[in-house]
Amino acid sequence: MSSSTQTASRDLAAREPARPRARPSRRPAGGGTGRWAAWAFLLPLLAYLIAFYAYPLYRNLDLSLRDYTVRSFVQGDAPFIGLANYREVVDNPTFLPALTHTVVFTAASLVLQFGIGMALAVFFHQHFRLSATLRALFLVPWLLPLIVSASTWSWMLNSEAGVVNTFLGVLGVDPVNWLTSPDWSLASVIIANVWIGIPFNLVLLYSGLQGIPPQIYEAAALDGTTGWQRFWRLTFPLLRPVSAITLLLGLVYTLKVFDIIWIMTKGGPADSSTTLATWSYQLGFGSLLPQFGPGAAVGNLLIVAALAFGLVYIRVQRRQGGTA
Amino acid sequence: MRRATTWWKTGIGLVLTTLMLFPVYWMVNVSFTRDEDMRKTPPDLFPIDGTLEGYRAVVDQQLPHLGTSLLVGFGTVALTLLVAAPAGYSLAKLRPAGGGLVSFVLLVAQMIPGIIMAMGFYAIYLNLGVLNTLPGLIVADATIAVPFGVLIFQAFMSGIPEEITQAATVDGAGPLRTFWSVILPVSRNAGITVALFAFLWAWSDFVFASTLNGGGGLRPITLGIYAYIGNNNQQWNAIMATAVVASIPAAVLLVVAQRYIAAGVTTGAVKD
Repeated sequence: MSSSTQTASRDLAAREPARPRARPSRRPAGGGTGRWAAWAFLLPLLAYLIAFYAYPLYRNLDLSLRDYTVRSFVQGDAPFIGLANYREVVDNPTFLPALTHTVVFTAASLVLQFGIGMALAVFFHQHFRLSATLRALFLVPWLLPLIVSASTWSWMLNSEAGVVNTFLGVLGVDPVNWLTSPDWSLASVIIANVWIGIPFNLVLLYSGLQGIPPQIYEAAALDGTTGWQRFWRLTFPLLRPVSAITLLLGLVYTLKVFDIIWIMTKGGPADSSTTLATWSYQLGFGSLLPQFGPGAAVGNLLIVAALAFGLVYIRVQRRQGGTA
Repeated sequence: MRRATTWWKTGIGLVLTTLMLFPVYWMVNVSFTRDEDMRKTPPDLFPIDGTLEGYRAVVDQQLPHLGTSLLVGFGTVALTLLVAAPAGYSLAKLRPAGGGLVSFVLLVAQMIPGIIMAMGFYAIYLNLGVLNTLPGLIVADATIAVPFGVLIFQAFMSGIPEEITQAATVDGAGPLRTFWSVILPVSRNAGITVALFAFLWAWSDFVFASTLNGGGGLRPITLGIYAYIGNNNQQWNAIMATAVVASIPAAVLLVVAQRYIAAGVTTGAVKD
């Protein structure tokens, strides 16, 4: 228990350049047997990936290319209809709102989470009494089951009895129909999602701040810069690699968000908070007459978006790993 | 003067933390609120006329769901460790050709939205007849944790000095023995991190539970809460009491294993 994985991986990163990097030609002694052993240890993972990742994804793709009814879903004899499901989905009047809401939800969540997370990271990085304890408490929202957070926010945002409207009333603001008005439902789920996402941003950005050598700040202090200048001229540029990673990971995670929206508003009222994720679920499981084909098609569109940004993330991470 | 500025910051920190944790406090407060006070305006900031009705509902109705969640959580931890630890060892120490590709696939796998996996699983499970079963849900829940687990094990085990494994080889230990008696004991911290997250994610899972186990009697606690919300007369003290109970693992984690959490968040995301 003397060292956590964090320090271990950091030690590793520090040691990496000194150690000769493993090249395929420099495999451990043992040659043939070593290679077999390597694959034997990987076998459970490979079997798992094929059976429980690749196969469900393949089934999902197959679903999206066939004309499924409940009966043919069970019997498995649905006719192949090519991209008709995708065409149906794109022509659906829900498509454009769902796409717009996904973009707005993701962008607003990212900007707010990142902005607040950054401000908090900088704040907690100044060492004061209790700063470590309070920072730990900030992790709570991230650890709670999403259904717990979502149902708590639902009740807090309740139009008549919600505590948020009570506070607004104290400030002289009229009550807002957070979850029942089409104008506010998307904002409501964004608020809850930002609350959940702040800890993640805080932890990553804080660890980034810890990586900046204090000497840099000492030099800047000698030059007589103000705190604000220090942030924009030193901290922010130095944090750019970590910021990029944080934002990209946040992007990929936010695109996936389904639980919070579904539990708080079910995408409603009148699709006003429907995103691609909730729409996909709505089509496949949300009604008595499931439309698995179109549901799977929406899901696959979402995968394409997530993977596109995911690949950017991996690229950025690789490049940073290479230069570090 | 220095001390004065420090106290000032502690004060701001306390205010910020209070704001951030207010929803958590509110959950606890509502869980003790009587039904008749529930729609009072303004709502009571403290449960003055507190009631245990909500918690009585938890004991009466939610215990089976809690049990299911525990079983699913432990099952997911076991499956995840079983698959991830050997794979991490292989990628970190035995380095098969194509190992880089496997790591890449794992990173990509983490990005696939859960609902899409759920839809594929649903189609497969329906044909196999394993909807509404514990093993089915465990296998699905493990997909959240397995890629993460492999990456954590790999990162940690790469940090184990080659001398140790070489010494084992010189002593005549094969890869299996090296893994079991040398690598695994040293990697305890990585194992704990993976186990904690696998448990927490399985415990918190709603997507797989609602699609794959929505119908049967074996429903985890997340669906217990969801069923409460769906009721026409929403009993908010019961909902929030269940939510409080469902938050216990997260609270325990935070107290017992905070550094493992921070490690889990940053490993794999930031290579500083």
